Amino acid sequence: MRPVFFVLSFLAVMGLAFWAYRENYATQAALRDMGRLQDEIAALREALALQRAEWAYLNRPDRLRELATLNFDRLGLLPLEPTQFGAAAQVAYPAPVILPGEDGFPAITDPVEVTGQTTNTAPDGQFP
Amino acid sequence: MIRTPLRPLARILSARQKGENPDTIERENLRLRHEAMRDKSRARAEVRLLFLSLGFLAAFTTIGARMGLLAATEPMEPRSAAAGAQILATRADITDRNGRILATNMQTYALYAQPRDMVDPARVSRELAKIFPEIDPVAMERRLTDGRSFLWIRRVMSPEQMQRVHEIGDPGLLFGPREMRLYPNGQLAAHVLGGASFGAEGVSSAEVIGTAGIEKALDARLRDPAQAGTPLELSLDLTLQAAVEEILGTGMTMLNAKGAAAILMDVKTGEILSLASLPAFDPNDRPNPLVKGEPGDSPLFNRAVQGVYELGSTFKIFTVANALNLGLVEPDTMVDANAPRRWGRFTIKEFQNKNYGPLLSVENVIVKSSNVGTANLALMIGAERQQAFLQSLGFFDPTPVELVEAPGAKPIVPKKWPDITTITTSYGHGISASPMHLAAAYATIANGGVKVTPTLLHGGVPQNGPRVMDEETARDAMRMLRGVVAHGTATLGDVEGYQVAGKTGTAEKPNKAGGYDTDKVVNTFASMFPADNPRYVLVVTLDEPVETTGSEPRRTAGWTAVPVAGEIIRRAAPLLGLRPVVEPPPVDELTAVSN
Repeated sequence: MRPVFFVLSFLAVMGLAFWAYRENYATQAALRDMGRLQDEIAALREALALQRAEWAYLNRPDRLRELATLNFDRLGLLPLEPTQFGAAAQVAYPAPVILPGEDGFPAITDPVEVTGQTTNTAPDGQFP
Repeated sequence: MIRTPLRPLARILSARQKGENPDTIERENLRLRHEAMRDKSRARAEVRLLFLSLGFLAAFTTIGARMGLLAATEPMEPRSAAAGAQILATRADITDRNGRILATNMQTYALYAQPRDMVDPARVSRELAKIFPEIDPVAMERRLTDGRSFLWIRRVMSPEQMQRVHEIGDPGLLFGPREMRLYPNGQLAAHVLGGASFGAEGVSSAEVIGTAGIEKALDARLRDPAQAGTPLELSLDLTLQAAVEEILGTGMTMLNAKGAAAILMDVKTGEILSLASLPAFDPNDRPNPLVKGEPGDSPLFNRAVQGVYELGSTFKIFTVANALNLGLVEPDTMVDANAPRRWGRFTIKEFQNKNYGPLLSVENVIVKSSNVGTANLALMIGAERQQAFLQSLGFFDPTPVELVEAPGAKPIVPKKWPDITTITTSYGHGISASPMHLAAAYATIANGGVKVTPTLLHGGVPQNGPRVMDEETARDAMRMLRGVVAHGTATLGDVEGYQVAGKTGTAEKPNKAGGYDTDKVVNTFASMFPADNPRYVLVVTLDEPVETTGSEPRRTAGWTAVPVAGEIIRRAAPLLGLRPVVEPPPVDELTAVSN
């Protein structure tokens, strides 16, 4: 019984040692990977900050004002005026669509007969 | 274990035969047994002590070795911990209330030289002078060859310049990374932002420190690594700020003014939506302070916060509000306004030696801007109550706004307060305050009499300050101010639909001789809109303006600051989302008509 116990424990020690060895290298690889990713994040953040700075620089009010002046012929942009405020009732909505049979649909006073071939319809009934 | 008996029978029996005491045998055996037990436990204790000391030795050796290792090695960032914004530890950005960037950082490089590694200093100096015009090639060569081992050449440079330095190709020229503060909007809001520069500098990094404005006032917050990822949100609105600066600049040029300042403030929260001071500067390239002459002439001077002026007639509303609040008068009470009025050896006159008297209603004292009427009201109030009222409005202390310049701009208050001071203070002479003080005080009136503290930080909630005057007093004061714009001295500022209310102020500038210059004035227009429920306060100040379209130059605020303020309101109010309101027409009065 004893020799079996010794052999088993020896094997267990060997197995654990192998596992620890593998884990050690896996951890180091993960840490290296993480360091690389953090460098990448930092570089991307830096690039992002630069893009934001550039966006802010290109959209600075002075430049936009100059561009609006330069392109006045095409865009016709002017500063917002108090008179440009309006009430919701002043908005021109499209006239409501009235379907035949509904109230307000104009009565057909002078009907026209329409005849002819249905040339637009394909043989299987599908429109082309 | 076989126990030896204490009384072995054979020895007892033989001892008895010999007539000896058998108890001695037992005692002897007991003694031997105790000795054996003692030896055994001592040995065991010795082993235990050995193990214990070995354990302690191992533990302390480990701790000592670890401490030695930590002390001896280079510091390293924790790699396994989750990293947030700290990966790129930079100074926090500054944005406006809508998140548009006002200040950010840019990665750039500094250029330094190690002359010992340099191959050809003469050629390097020539080439550097071509790239950077401010470098003198002769002086640079002398510095590169005088035996020093290290030399800073440029603090920051553009990528193009860096590429050209690379192309020189000398091993003695080296680059160090730098975080540079960048203000993408140039001169916009320059006085609020201030500027930044480098503090302690090393080859691989340099600390960025604020030098003025909010960059310096909130330096600790901006540098805090824990808050590096969250930008500092200011209450300013970039669009508004640009519009205000544009109009103010145009007005300043048209009116030949030396300087101008404008403050637009939310009366409920105290948030400053726009703070402009002209002439301005570029915070990216902050000029050096003036070494001679008036510091107030430098573009660095923030007229809105640092400029302490006598604000003139804009103060009259405080005297009237004080009198109304104390219950001394009603808006329609008639007061003595017979000009000129003599007080001791002083004479109080009206503008252009007019006389609005002999009697004038309190409302008309404001509308017509009567010095004598205000003076008589002030004498009714008395010095102590006047001082207490002005103090409660904040005119005796620096404004608490978040700029490093603010605490230094303490109002100039007379030390002694005789009756003549009471009189002059009532119409804004003899007491000097900044436009920011005036804006805060007008905001207090506009807020229904509850004190408003100005702030530059976004996220303000309606302020719950101490009550300075009754709501009714504030309402009466607002109605009087509306009268000034509707049919008083500030009619040019009446923007249709926005019911502007305000008060003009024209103060002659004190000169070095101790008197006043009649042709040098500071014109102020303090206003609020819309008058029936004010939401914003606007203060416009022009330094030495003159309006020259008429036959003779005009220097009153009604002709200078008021039209500028009117134009600002016309542009700013729609940007603020204020709908123009059609004012109800005045009730038709009965008119005598004869047939």
